[in-house]
Amino acid sequence: MAWLVNVLQIVLFVAASPLLVGWIKKLKCWSQNRRAPSILQPYRDLAKLLRKETVVPERASWVFRLSPYLIFAVAVLACAIVPLLAVHLPTAALADVIVLVGFLALARFFQALAGLDVGTAFGGMGSSREMTIASLAEPAMLMVVFTLAVSMGTTNLASAIETLLHQLPLIRPSFVFAALGLALVAVAETGRIPVDNPATHLELTMIHEAMILEYSGHHLALIEWAAQIRLMLYGALLVNVFLPWGLAESFDPSSLGLGLLAIAVKLGGLAGLLVLVEILLAKMRLFRAPQFLGFAYLLALVGMLIHVILEVG
Amino acid sequence: MQTLSSLYDQIVFLLAALILFTSFVMLAQTRLISLVNLFALQGLLLAVTTVLVAVVQETAHLLVSAGLTLALKVLLIPGLLHYLILRMELHRTEDPIRRPLGLLLGAASLMVFSYYTILPVVHLSLLATRNLIAASSASFLLGMLLMISHRQAVSQVVGFMTMENALFFLAVVSTYGMPLVVELGIAFDVMVAAVIFGVFFFHIRESIDSLDVDALSALSESTVEEIQQGENLPQGE
Repeated sequence: MAWLVNVLQIVLFVAASPLLVGWIKKLKCWSQNRRAPSILQPYRDLAKLLRKETVVPERASWVFRLSPYLIFAVAVLACAIVPLLAVHLPTAALADVIVLVGFLALARFFQALAGLDVGTAFGGMGSSREMTIASLAEPAMLMVVFTLAVSMGTTNLASAIETLLHQLPLIRPSFVFAALGLALVAVAETGRIPVDNPATHLELTMIHEAMILEYSGHHLALIEWAAQIRLMLYGALLVNVFLPWGLAESFDPSSLGLGLLAIAVKLGGLAGLLVLVEILLAKMRLFRAPQFLGFAYLLALVGMLIHVILEVG
Repeated sequence: MQTLSSLYDQIVFLLAALILFTSFVMLAQTRLISLVNLFALQGLLLAVTTVLVAVVQETAHLLVSAGLTLALKVLLIPGLLHYLILRMELHRTEDPIRRPLGLLLGAASLMVFSYYTILPVVHLSLLATRNLIAASSASFLLGMLLMISHRQAVSQVVGFMTMENALFFLAVVSTYGMPLVVELGIAFDVMVAAVIFGVFFFHIRESIDSLDVDALSALSESTVEEIQQGENLPQGE
């Protein structure tokens, strides 16, 4: 039963991620007084890309061909670690949150390699930018993880969330900082404004789009889908770690239904917040990104210090 | 009753963390207007803390000091600083920080330092909120760091007021406020200080044509431009 729910959850994760992107686009259009495309538009885009012919550059090596599959597979594996509807999942117990960071790094590594592989100027530039940002985002992410691990006594996401669920509605000052730090990292890693703009192909600013410029057809579909999964992954991580209420602890249909409702409301709200931030901020210059991520790191560090100062002694 | 008092402790802890956070963000802030806004936010958090302590610990005179905090640190002083900034057309100038990340790392190490120095006190005290001593002393040190690292006179005044905020917070949460006479005296001092600072801003600007206090250390014959050019020269030549 547990494995069945687990597989269902992973399928839901993968299947619902374009819906989240569609919802974000819809909110964004509404906030800018534009007519919004259907919320199902990302599915149609993916379906169109999957039908189209896949063109591979002449000089591309096996890395270029392998990367889309690997990136997508790693994204699906990462979904297995993050609890979405229920906590007691067999796969979530297998790996801890450091493995999750490792998975994300592996996907990023292959994406950067694929960008370099074909030898176009844009691909290399995108890869170099991506790795610059990644090398700064990863310590910040790990620092958030450590704050969580120190206060919960475990690096396993599922058991940490379970501990949180059973506590009184505690207000933890350190978690406020850790959540802010993780939110900044998530913005940088998923390529949203103010670090990157997913809606443009402007050569001066693009990061993620520059690396995948040579991809087409089902390769592109897989990469785009993986990016959407990554967005959902960070969203689920943020809401389920810092606002864990509503997660199902047993596998009966009513609590699973409640879990589904809770996660839908939480992710919908988070998307609203993301859109609000995106319409309020302008995209930063690329050279400001280190400062942005440095701030994320420091937020996480201060969260850890505050945990030591205020919550332990 | 047990849950109520633990909830109270938690909210005070959260407020302490937020006050520390505002001090932290102020350090990285280069725009004077946002700096003043953050200072007003910190004052608001302080007023909320004071009201909370007054209601839960049933110390009515803290309500008076909460009102004073609200009037002075949220409305009057930020309003005055806003007026001065607009009047001197400083709202578009940036107050550059040499190494923002280094500064913030320094701030984080100051937090560790203040925790380390307060540790013996924490072992002696029986107060549930004794850990807040470390948080507010860190906030105090951050205010001092703000004064050291920023060069505009307005930022330094804000740093000074932040230090006062930290002391006030410490007094409110650890000893439920000082005697009312003392608090009234301090509030009056702060208000007078704000007015005097305002007058000094005009004098400083009149004499050195800038509010960049580094220019004060130069000889009077050289102009501000020369000093700034001199700074851009590589060291050791």
